[in-house]
Amino acid sequence: MGISRRDFCKTLAGSAASLAVMAVLPGSAVAAWSEKAFMADKLDDAIAAKYGALPIEDTSAIQIKAPEIAENGAFVPVTVSTTIPGVTNISIFVPVNFSPLVTSIDLFPRTKPDVSLRIRMAKTSNMVVIARAGNKLYRTVREVKVTIGGCGG
Amino acid sequence: MKIKAVVQNDTASVKVLVNHPMETGRAKDQNGAVIAAHYITEMTATFKGETVFHAELGPGVSKDPYISFQFSGARVGDTVKIDWIDNKGGSESMESAFAAM
Repeated sequence: MGISRRDFCKTLAGSAASLAVMAVLPGSAVAAWSEKAFMADKLDDAIAAKYGALPIEDTSAIQIKAPEIAENGAFVPVTVSTTIPGVTNISIFVPVNFSPLVTSIDLFPRTKPDVSLRIRMAKTSNMVVIARAGNKLYRTVREVKVTIGGCGG
Repeated sequence: MKIKAVVQNDTASVKVLVNHPMETGRAKDQNGAVIAAHYITEMTATFKGETVFHAELGPGVSKDPYISFQFSGARVGDTVKIDWIDNKGGSESMESAFAAM
């Protein structure tokens, strides 16, 4: 690993200024950054750190729009949407990345469960998307082939 | 940061593009030295004082993050505020008005 967990924590907590900035952001009241989940290097650990031991059910009600073959793993466009009612959080995982949790998105009553972004994939892998509704987790998996890996060596 | 906010019918669509290196902490420079991790950790959208979107990001998000999302209830002329913070304490905040689609 290029950066140890300890170093990371030091960087994060190092300056009082950064803490002050976090304190005034409205978002910090919603959920703090899930450090444990982002630092986990295995998919299962990342899921457990993010969601605890909630039961997971496979579903076809989550749509993952992504290229079948991504030429450049540094920029893989992905759109995730779901028809599951009451979804409050959607997370995207790439198990082969050194940090499998890519993003965890909180949804609110006004938010549509339809989000797009560009992510990195180290190599050909499944993309695992988990949506949380109430105390249940729903999972959809989709393979994306990657021609050139995107995690900078 | 660039924000494109449009409204069609009752659906507000927000596209955000941030200039950010999103360094993973694993890449090396020309001399072989590891480039320190530097990435956005949180992005929040606020509409009329209400949080309408919140994303936690990690190093798996591409350089110069592009994120789009939608929510209901906005009208042309309303504004949405986007804030982000990174793991080094960097941050940016910007407001954008909704245009008609």
